[in-house]
Amino acid sequence: MGKRFIRIIFCHTLAFLPILLSAQSVQDSTEVMYLEQASVSAERLDKEIVPVQRLSGKKLKNINTLSVADAIRYFSGIQIKDYGGVGGLKTVNVRSLGSHHTGVFYDGIELGNAQNGVIDLGRFSMDNMESVALYNGQRSALLQSAKDYASSNAIYMTTRTPYFDDGKSYNIRVGLRAGSFATVNPSIIYEQKLSNHVSMSANSDFLYTSGRYRFTYSKKDGYDTTAVRTNSDVRMFRIEAGLFGKIKRGSWKAKIYYYNSERGYPGAVIREKPGIFFNEDRQWDDNFFVQGSYRQEVTKYWSILINGKYSYDKLHYVSDPRLDVTTMFVDNTYCQHEGFISASHLFKPFHWWSLSLATDFQWNSLDADLREFVYPTRYSFYAVAATSFELGRVNISASALYLHIKDFLRQNASELNIAPRERLSPSLIFSYRPIEDVDLAIKAFYKNSLRMPTFNDLYYTFIGTKDLKPESTDQIDIGVSYVYRGSRNILENIGFSIDGYYNSVTNKIIAMPTSNQFRWSMMNLGKVRIIGTDITLHSDIGFYGVHLFPRISYTWQMAQDVTDPSSQWYKGQIAYIPQHSGTFILQGEYGSWGLNYSFVYTGERYESSANIPENYVQPWYTHDISLTKIFTFKNSSSLKISLEVNNIFNQQYEVVQCYPMPGTNFMIKLNYNL
Amino acid sequence: MNRIYIIIILLSVLITLTTGCRKEDKYIPSTDTDVTDPTSSANYAGFFLLNEGNMGNNKATLDYFDYATGKYSRNIYAERNPSVALELGDVGNDLKIRGGKIYAVINCSNFIEVMNLDNAIHITEIAIPNCRYITFDGGYAYVTSYAGPIGSNPSYRKGYVAKIDTLTLSVTDTCTVGYQPEEAVVASGKLYVANSGGYMAPEYDNRVSVIDLESFKVVKSVEVADNLHRMIYDGKRYIYISSRGDYKGSESSTYILDTHTDQVTQIPFLPNSNMVLSGDSLWVISNEWSNITQTDEISYAIYDTRVCRVVTRHFITDGTEEEITVPFGIAVNREQKEFYITDAKDYVTPGKLHCYSIDGKRKWSVTTGDIPAHFAFTHKQLISKDK
Repeated sequence: MGKRFIRIIFCHTLAFLPILLSAQSVQDSTEVMYLEQASVSAERLDKEIVPVQRLSGKKLKNINTLSVADAIRYFSGIQIKDYGGVGGLKTVNVRSLGSHHTGVFYDGIELGNAQNGVIDLGRFSMDNMESVALYNGQRSALLQSAKDYASSNAIYMTTRTPYFDDGKSYNIRVGLRAGSFATVNPSIIYEQKLSNHVSMSANSDFLYTSGRYRFTYSKKDGYDTTAVRTNSDVRMFRIEAGLFGKIKRGSWKAKIYYYNSERGYPGAVIREKPGIFFNEDRQWDDNFFVQGSYRQEVTKYWSILINGKYSYDKLHYVSDPRLDVTTMFVDNTYCQHEGFISASHLFKPFHWWSLSLATDFQWNSLDADLREFVYPTRYSFYAVAATSFELGRVNISASALYLHIKDFLRQNASELNIAPRERLSPSLIFSYRPIEDVDLAIKAFYKNSLRMPTFNDLYYTFIGTKDLKPESTDQIDIGVSYVYRGSRNILENIGFSIDGYYNSVTNKIIAMPTSNQFRWSMMNLGKVRIIGTDITLHSDIGFYGVHLFPRISYTWQMAQDVTDPSSQWYKGQIAYIPQHSGTFILQGEYGSWGLNYSFVYTGERYESSANIPENYVQPWYTHDISLTKIFTFKNSSSLKISLEVNNIFNQQYEVVQCYPMPGTNFMIKLNYNL
Repeated sequence: MNRIYIIIILLSVLITLTTGCRKEDKYIPSTDTDVTDPTSSANYAGFFLLNEGNMGNNKATLDYFDYATGKYSRNIYAERNPSVALELGDVGNDLKIRGGKIYAVINCSNFIEVMNLDNAIHITEIAIPNCRYITFDGGYAYVTSYAGPIGSNPSYRKGYVAKIDTLTLSVTDTCTVGYQPEEAVVASGKLYVANSGGYMAPEYDNRVSVIDLESFKVVKSVEVADNLHRMIYDGKRYIYISSRGDYKGSESSTYILDTHTDQVTQIPFLPNSNMVLSGDSLWVISNEWSNITQTDEISYAIYDTRVCRVVTRHFITDGTEEEITVPFGIAVNREQKEFYITDAKDYVTPGKLHCYSIDGKRKWSVTTGDIPAHFAFTHKQLISKDK
């Protein structure tokens, strides 16, 4: 039963990537939106009244990334939990609140996973990605769905909206990436202008990797053992298509997405007698969604936004003792459906006052071929009222989100009644620009938010606990951001932001053991208190045709387990949260040449809130470098070649205990634009 | 070319800044705690305590308590075996001493770790997939395993018992038993194996398989109750067996199997997660999770095997049981007039070992490894690591 538990938990941690799509971010009119798409490299964050970090356009493209998770790690205040390799699960934990508290939005609509709440960022390709942004608190757009207010922090992945150079009516880009771990990743993007107001985009990519890499565990004056990660192959196919329309004082979008993958589970690296037993667990995923968004300025004072989505996710997990004698036989399929519809209104009676109302309705269901399963269906209703005052250089926004969730269960053909859960969670955001025409802002926010227990937390056979309360977070943040925009001379601009925060998590849902290793049960037991600071610094520098873009982030966090004052480990730093972490990127451009250097540092951590030598994890730091050259041809087509080297010094490290990360690896990328 | 220089300078600054941030990665040394006054002991020099470690974390550890010094040494395996890659392994499930050797069953590492009793130095490991418990008879060790032959339906897969020659430390024979076998005991030339059927919940196995050691074949099976787990033979006639129950309607319980008649009797109202027999007293701890009340019900009971009744349900008498979250392991040393209870806490942080006088008053407590669970008393004092 031992292994079974682990595998079940693991299998459940693996997400589906139900995905959605929707409306563009900001409240600007469509024209402005299109303009922004054209000048993507400028970091236009000054309008934001909450802390936000964004990587977009060229700067995003030039980092050595295989997936969105690789890009997000350059933000401050976050930890990526990475099980290693191309196929290993990658989730993001913002400001130590827990990964369930990060909403992940794909083209404006949240990706859901009612089963386990896990979104694997390692599955999102960077190929078609235009920008990746992290908002602490919530995005401060006034016209957005209620769900945009619902999570403690949010990541917005925005794919490319077709943009055509003068006289062009189509774009084609063919790409190929290949390198270490026998990775091959061809991709194609096709964009077509259908009329002056409508364009379409389609893209597809395929990825295969053996996922094999050497790793070493060694102790000074002790053992030194090297092995190869096996059963870590991934085969993935993704296809995506979108339509983009402009109408008078409005816009619309529609997207269809399909992802299919098969992967092996390499499992934890534990001591075993070498060469006898091998992990053979496998998983197959199918993720499909369609989503649409419609935005209209009805009158000068009133705008509306409608979002909708349907998604279907299937996960099939097999653990077969005929292949691996140590394992328990598991052959389970989980199917999830999600439906989502949202209507938002923005009223702007005066230029200094706006009021918005949004209501969302969501339906989730989970079907699984498990014994004694309860086939949960969840109806969620979100309603938000928000208001914003722009009084000169002061901006004050407030919102109240009402959440009502009702689950229905079915067991042995009878319906089980589950009491509805309802909550109200408020937020208050303040920003002040002390000096006219200077990009200096003082920002502060308070936000309460909830994360509903997942279907697994509540109803998973044996483990689930039906009467769990939602997990609750409170965040207080105060920060300063400043951007200096220089002349055309050397220092083009320099920006920095610093934030201090105090967060608390209560009713944290944790698995608690019962009488033996096989029986765990979910409980609202945990309490975490987090004090931290995030600092980012970025700049654009240009001289003699050379352009440099340095970017630094630094995070300090004290995240204490304050669950039980009588515990010996009370106030211990929680698992996997380093006190210090930071990143540095330096991108350089000279003519058609480009060079990118990036560095990630994660300080010492502990694997549990018992901060003792047995749980100590070494700091790790990796240096990645890439060289890019663009060849432009007479017919204005271009070929971009990049060579990447990651983890140059071949550091052996773990992000998650017993899951070794790859050492030095190489990648070559070719992109041909027609 | 300015750019190149700048990059080189920046790079070298960074490298200087960031190398040397990693501490020297040495094996983790043991930690000694003086927990009590030195005592002399005729039979037992000390005991080993195997900490299971949470699954998938490779954190099984071995601790040692020494009566002569009153010292508790935490995590002694790594420093004594620095050349054994990845230390003790994943999930220590059973610990026994036999013929100058320590046998630790490391469940998820799929082997039995064999160590020298004198110094806890690694001798070998014996690979047995999904191994659970070990017992001895004559020159053989018997290890239960979940990983028996696979039939046409892999969901129904029986377990087996491996027979290990303690001289050659290799498997000489195997015998298929029931589903997911747990503890086994030898009684009058037969091996009694408790089958759980835990992989097939809610269709638990409810039988004890009886193997004739001469032929090493199952000669019969005796129905007891659902989800069997622990077993103790009283050395004369009776085997005490625990059932985990189904965590819903049917509760955890204790049964007595009469090896003469194969008759099974239930001890009424004695839920059982772990037990130890000392003289005529069966010490039973229970930490039963009820899906119905969604709470843990903890009890510390002594069953008197002579008069056949529970004589107390609170063998900890000084109120300190309040400080125990998850009672897990139990041992009794009659000579010292002491008993020991381990607390597994939340499974992911170190647990506690509590020592009580036989009348239930706490004498000392010490921090252990993660999920302290299995005791093995030794008559030889463990040689200090420096010798």
